[in-house]
Amino acid sequence: MRSSLRVRVFSAAVTLALALVLLDGLWHFFSWAIVHAIWSVPRGADGAPDTDLCRAAIGRGACWAVIGEKFRFILFGFYPHALQWRSAIVVALFVLLFALSLNPRFWRPALVAVWLAVLALVAVLMWGGVFGLEFVAADQWGGLPITLILATFGLALSFPLAILVALGRRASGLPVIRWIAVAYVELIRGVPLISLLFMASVMLPLFLPEGIDINKLLRAQLAFILFAGAYLAEVVRAGLQALPRGQQEAAAALGLSYWQATRLVVLPQALRHVIPMLVNTFIGFFKDTSLVLIIGIFDLMTTGRTATLEPRWQGFGNEVYLLLAAIYFAFCFAMARISRLLERRLNEPHLPIVEPA
Amino acid sequence: MPRFARSLSGLAALLALLLPSLARAAPPAASPTLAAVLARGVLNCGVAGNAAGFSLPDSAGVMRGIDADGCRAIAAAVLGDQKKLKFVPTTTENRFTALQSGEIDVLVRETTWTLGREASLGLEFGVINFYDGTGFMVKKSSGVTSARDLDGATICVEPGTSTELAIADYFRVNAMKYTPVEIQDLQEIHNAFLSGRCDAYSTDSSALAGFRFTQGAHAEDFVLLPELISKEPLGPMVRKGDDKWFDIIRWVSFAEITAEELGVSSRNVESFHDTTNPDIRRLLGLEGDLGKALGLDDQWAFNVIRQVGNTGEIWQRNMAPLGLPRGLNNLWNRGGLLFAPPLR
Amino acid sequence: MAVAALRPRALLWQALALGVVAGVIAVFSINASHHLAARHIATGFGFLSAAAPIPIGESLITYTPSVSTYGRALLIGVLNTLKVAIPGCLLATLLGTLIGIARLSPIALLARLAALYVELLRDLPLLLQLLFWYGVFQTLPAPRQAMRPLPGVFLSNRGLRVPDLVWQPGFTGVALALLGGIGLSFFLARRTALAPGLAVRLGAFLPVLLLPAATLALYRPAFRVDWPALHGFNFQGGASLSPEYAALLTGLVLYTTSYVAEIVRGGLAAVARGQWEAGAALGLPRGAVLRLVVLPQALRLIIPPLTSQYLNLVKNSSLAVAIGYQDLVSIADTTLNQTGQAIEGVALIMAVYLSISLTISLAMNFYNARLARQAG
Repeated sequence: MRSSLRVRVFSAAVTLALALVLLDGLWHFFSWAIVHAIWSVPRGADGAPDTDLCRAAIGRGACWAVIGEKFRFILFGFYPHALQWRSAIVVALFVLLFALSLNPRFWRPALVAVWLAVLALVAVLMWGGVFGLEFVAADQWGGLPITLILATFGLALSFPLAILVALGRRASGLPVIRWIAVAYVELIRGVPLISLLFMASVMLPLFLPEGIDINKLLRAQLAFILFAGAYLAEVVRAGLQALPRGQQEAAAALGLSYWQATRLVVLPQALRHVIPMLVNTFIGFFKDTSLVLIIGIFDLMTTGRTATLEPRWQGFGNEVYLLLAAIYFAFCFAMARISRLLERRLNEPHLPIVEPA
Repeated sequence: MPRFARSLSGLAALLALLLPSLARAAPPAASPTLAAVLARGVLNCGVAGNAAGFSLPDSAGVMRGIDADGCRAIAAAVLGDQKKLKFVPTTTENRFTALQSGEIDVLVRETTWTLGREASLGLEFGVINFYDGTGFMVKKSSGVTSARDLDGATICVEPGTSTELAIADYFRVNAMKYTPVEIQDLQEIHNAFLSGRCDAYSTDSSALAGFRFTQGAHAEDFVLLPELISKEPLGPMVRKGDDKWFDIIRWVSFAEITAEELGVSSRNVESFHDTTNPDIRRLLGLEGDLGKALGLDDQWAFNVIRQVGNTGEIWQRNMAPLGLPRGLNNLWNRGGLLFAPPLR
Repeated sequence: MAVAALRPRALLWQALALGVVAGVIAVFSINASHHLAARHIATGFGFLSAAAPIPIGESLITYTPSVSTYGRALLIGVLNTLKVAIPGCLLATLLGTLIGIARLSPIALLARLAALYVELLRDLPLLLQLLFWYGVFQTLPAPRQAMRPLPGVFLSNRGLRVPDLVWQPGFTGVALALLGGIGLSFFLARRTALAPGLAVRLGAFLPVLLLPAATLALYRPAFRVDWPALHGFNFQGGASLSPEYAALLTGLVLYTTSYVAEIVRGGLAAVARGQWEAGAALGLPRGAVLRLVVLPQALRLIIPPLTSQYLNLVKNSSLAVAIGYQDLVSIADTTLNQTGQAIEGVALIMAVYLSISLTISLAMNFYNARLARQAG
C-alpha cells in the first residue's frame, strides 16, 4: 500500500469534513424529530382532535400525533375497522413468505406449493366469504396489503408467462413465436409503467364487452402482470443464456423430450442462477406499485397522502412521508441485503448452496 | 392431435365469451342501470376520494362529504339502505370512462356541468348539487385586491380541470399574462402556494374557502379575491339513454331540497307519520304513489331523509365545518339557488 | 435437435400463437369501436388541430393557450420530456461514475457514505423522492428576497434566472465549430495517447479552442445579453429554470445515479488487479492505464446495464405529473381529459416513449458493438 504523508493528511481532512456535515445534519433531524416533537394532541369537546398545538410547532418540531391518528388508515385503507386483523395477518404472511423464499435451504419444488398455499390463504383472508369470515369487496382493500399483493401476485402470476416468453425468444425453429415474444418484451419495456396503468384504468373497460366489468384493482394487477412478465422474461433469458448448450443436448441424448428436458434439466439450473437478479427485480416492482396512485387505487402511497388531506391534518405531510419511507425502506433494504448475500454465495463454488439435510 | 383440437375449441369458446353479442334486442322499457343495481344489491358510486367537503375518507376510512352523502341518498332511495353502497374512487382521468364502461352506476365527483362534456362524452348531468365559481386566493402580504392586479403572476392550478380553461380565457380577454404551475396533487398544490411558489392559487371558490379555513390561526393571512371568473355548477353524471335512472338521480336530489323546504329532517321525519300536510304526505309516501312512478318503493324519500337527511343537514355536516358560507347553495327563499319542482 | 421432425407441429404451434394474438387484437378493436359508437364518443386524431386551452408554464417553442393547437401542446410535451431526459442521462452517468469510484475509495468514511447513498436512494420509491425534492426547492426565498450568487443570477422559489445571450446566426456556426473541434480532439487524443511528451498529449486538445475561436473571428456576431430583472410578481428576461424542472431533474439524476454507481463499481471491480499492474509494468502513467487498459474492458461490462438505466430514466421522467412539470404525459393527460379521447392519448404517449427507447437502445447497441470490435 502506497501511503505517503500527503495522502494520509488528505484522507483525514476529507473524513473530518464529512463527519462534521453528517453530525450537523443528524443534530438538526434529532431536534426536529425528538426534542421539539409533538407526540399527541388533546381532543376537543366534540371528540375531534385539536391540532393547534401541532400547527404552532410546524417548522420547529414534528407532529407525530398525525401518525397516531391516521396509522390504521395508512396501513389498511378502507378495510372495515373491526376486520383489520385480517389485513394485518396478510402482511405477516407475506413477510414470512419472503423470509422463507430467500433462504436457500428451502429452494426445492415444494416451495412452489408453499407459494400457492400462501397466496390462496391471502385471498381467503382478504375476501372472506368462507369459513365464517365476513365478505369484503376488493374495492375496500387498501394500504400495505395492496402494495404487497400487487407486487407479489404480480411476480407469482407473471412467472409462468415470463418463462414461456423467455423460452419463446430462444425457440430456434419457431420464428413467429420468437417475433411475438420479442415484440411483447420490447413493447412493454419501452413504455413507462404509468402508461400501462392508464391503459388498464382508462382503455381496458372499452376493450371488454359490456357486462364483463373487471374491478379496478384487478385491472391494475393485470397491468402489473404484463409489466412484470416482460422484465422477468429478460431475467429468465439471462439465466438460460448462462447455461451451457450441452445441458439441453445431454438431456436430449438421454431421450428426454424438449419439455421434459426444459422442466427437469434446464430451468432448475437457469432459475437458481438468476435468483439474486429476481430479488432485485422484485424490489423494483415493490417500489413501482406506488405508481397506482396515479389511477386512484389506495395502496400504501395513496392512503398516506390521502391521510393528510383532511383539513385538520393538512400540513403534516413530512411526518407521513417519513413513515412511508421507513416502511418501503425496511422491505427493500432487507431484500436487497439478502440478495447480495445470495449473490456472493452463488459466486463461490466451494460453498454448497443447499446444505445437505 | 386431440390435445390440439381441445385447446382450439377452448380458444373458440373464450372468443365467443369475449365477443359482444352484436345483434342486440330492442332496449327494454325499464332502466337497465336500475335493474343492474337491484340485481347486485349494491350501488357503485364514483367519487373523488381526495376532496375535503366533497368526498374524503376520515381516520376510520369512512367516506365523508356532500358527494359521499349524495351516493348514500341514492342507495337509500333505490335499495332502502344507505349502506348498500360501494364507493369507487376515481381520478380526473378515469372518471368518465369508469361511467361509460359501466364500472360505476353514477359519478358524483364535483364535476362541472358543461355543454362540451354533455355533448361529446355520451354522459349527462342529472342535477346541480353544488353551485360554485372559479376564484383566486392570494396572500394578504402581496397587496393584491383584485384579479385585475394579477398581470404577470404565477398561478397554481390543478391540471385537467375546468379551472384552467377559465383562467386561460380570463387572462386572454383581459390581455394579461400569467405563468401556470400545474400540479395534480392537492397537498402539493397547497404546499406550493404556501411556500410562495405561486402568487395566486386558483380553483373553485368553495375549495379556496376550505383551504383558508384549514390554515387555522393563519387564515387571516389569505384573501379570496372578489372576482368569480366562471360559473362552476357541479353535479352527478349518468350515462345517456337511461331516462328512468336519470329521473331517479334527479328526484332524489329534489326530495332532499323539498324536505329542507318543508322542515323535514332525519331527526323529526318519524314524527310526521300522522301529518295532514299533503306535500309532506306525498314526500314520505303516505299518499299517492310517486315512488312507484319512479320505479322505486314508495318509502324512497322517507329512506333518504331518515338515513341521510335533507340538504341543510348535509351542508351542516360537511361544508359548515370547513367554514364555508352557504351563499348560492341555500334554498331559493333564503337567497340561494336551490329550487325543487313540486313532488306531485 | 430434431427440428425437421417437428415441422408440422411447429407450424401449428406458430399458427396458433399468431391466431391468439390476432384474435385478442380483433376482439379488442371490435369491442372498442362498438363501445365508442354506442356511447357517441368522438374518435380519430382530428383533435390534434383543434385549439388547446391548456396553460403551459414552460416551453421551448412559442405557445398561446386557446390559440395554439393540441398538436403543438403535445410537441411541447415531447420537447419537455427530452429536456429532462438528455441532461438527466449525462448527469447520472457523470455522478454515478464519481460515486462508483468513491465506493472503492481507500478513505473509509467516504466509501461508507457512498455505500449509504446507494442503499438509501435505491430502496425508496422514486415518487417519494421527487416529492421530497420538490419540497426542498420550495424552501428557497421569494423573488423579492432572491439569492444573488453572481451578478445577474437570481435564485428564488420561482427557479433560477440567468442572463441569456441573445442568439445570433453566427453563434450556430461557433457551436458547430465547437462540436467539430471536440470530435477532432477526440481523434487526435487517441492517436497521441502513447506519445512520450506531455506537450504533444495536451496539444491534441487544441482544436477544441482553436476552431470556435476562428469561427468567431470570421463571423464577429454581436454579443447582446438579456439581463433578468424583477418586474411586478416575477423576474422578466433572461433564461430560467423552473423549480419543477429542477426537482424532477435532481430526483431522477440522484435516483439513477445510485444504480449507475453500482454498475460502474461492478465494472471496475471486475477488471482484474493484474491489468493495472501489467499497465504499470509497461511504464504507462496511471491515467493512461485507466483510459487505455482498464476502462475499455470495464466499459464492455458497463454499457449494457447502463443502457437499461438510461431507458429507465426516460420512462421514470413520466412521474413529472406528480410535481407539476409539464412533460409529455402531463400534457397528454390534460388533453385526453379535455377531449375525452383516451385511446388516442394513451396511444400517443406509448408511441413517443417507444420511439425514444428504441433510439437509445439502437445508439447504445451500436456503441457497444464498436467497443466489442475494437477489443476483438
